[in-house]
Amino acid sequence: MSGCGTDKTGGCGGGCGCGSAAPSAETAIDAGRRAFLGGAGAVAVTTLAPTVTLIAYGTSEAQAAGADPAKRWGLLIDISKCADGCTACVTACKTENGWEGGADNQQDSQWIRKVSLRDPKSGVTRSAPVMCQHCALPPCVDVCPTGASMKRADGIVLVDKHRCIGCRYCMMACPYKARSFVHHELEDQKPWAPRGVGTVESCTLCVHRVDRGEAPACVSACATAGGAMLFGDLNDPGSEIAKAVASVPTKQIRGDLGVDPGVRYRNL
Amino acid sequence: MTRRSNLATLLLFLATLFTGGLVGAATGSAIESAVAAPAIPKAEGQCVAPPEVMRRSHMTMLKHTRDVTVREGDRKTAEGLTACITCHAVKDASGAFVSIKSPQHFCRACHDYAAVKVDCFECHASRPLTEKTAEAAHAASSADLAALAAFARETRP
Repeated sequence: MSGCGTDKTGGCGGGCGCGSAAPSAETAIDAGRRAFLGGAGAVAVTTLAPTVTLIAYGTSEAQAAGADPAKRWGLLIDISKCADGCTACVTACKTENGWEGGADNQQDSQWIRKVSLRDPKSGVTRSAPVMCQHCALPPCVDVCPTGASMKRADGIVLVDKHRCIGCRYCMMACPYKARSFVHHELEDQKPWAPRGVGTVESCTLCVHRVDRGEAPACVSACATAGGAMLFGDLNDPGSEIAKAVASVPTKQIRGDLGVDPGVRYRNL
Repeated sequence: MTRRSNLATLLLFLATLFTGGLVGAATGSAIESAVAAPAIPKAEGQCVAPPEVMRRSHMTMLKHTRDVTVREGDRKTAEGLTACITCHAVKDASGAFVSIKSPQHFCRACHDYAAVKVDCFECHASRPLTEKTAEAAHAASSADLAALAAFARETRP
């Protein structure tokens, strides 16, 4: 039998891609052959052409769309506006990404937490939310043995759980204690925030919302609670966050480490 | 001596081959009759590709989608696990969507039969969140399909 089965099937003519659709020819031929063996050659072949274009569609669009390397997403948090008892950002993150209420509180994930600061000399206290700082030079990415820890082109640091083996090196490497390990089996996760046992997770800067053109859940919640958080593109001189960073003194936590976090604090 | 032992080995080999073949054929037919073909639940909506393509290539499509989505941030691919889960959601007797724990689940129907373990659902939800999100996803996927159809019309040689 020839590769394309041109005789007797009466269907291979153009659809199965004999020479015409070179990139996906192998897939097309395989499917056509299987359909021929199953006695449904004609049907399969007529429907094959759109399939070939379908796969090509996914690839070409991927290059056109996706994370923009010209951008650098970041946060600016004004500590003077962050109330001590307020946990609006933490609650919003829990609801959005579904990491609330584990079986064991000691092992619960923490994508974002409120940290209390106190100057021992003056006694002044401050409260600040701390999450993944989305470093430009992330140590978690450096140490990851599988390439699961990754930085997107637009500066968002993520765990690709398809590759994560749960070794937790990144948790050791992170100066901000931003990552958590999932100890228990989970069910009914949020479709936009997959998370599962045996993998490490952290703040994704609500990557699913950012890709839709929205601000992260914590920022949206804070806007109504205290208005301490500002989200935007640090690389765009016209953006509100870039203007603020350029005009007022802001700090990166442990800026001395040289990892260049994308999250900045004001009045810290 | 050597030639005789060689002949004996050959005979033994042939005998093994023959009886092995017979046993194999017998068990083969026994398997066919003993294990029922999987009952594949019907899906709602329009699939991204014909069934014979999906049966063979769904894993490749999902892998491709997961990599471009997570690593490149491309959200425009029409094929995605959430869309699959939405169209192929199965309801139990009480009208609730079944999770991967149920043998009725669409993915399990075939994967149990083929004895292929999938670990997608250790992280991904195996059923739509609610009826409402399922409807929304249906609407979104039909918009995707319209775009896909338009693209196919434009680029077809």
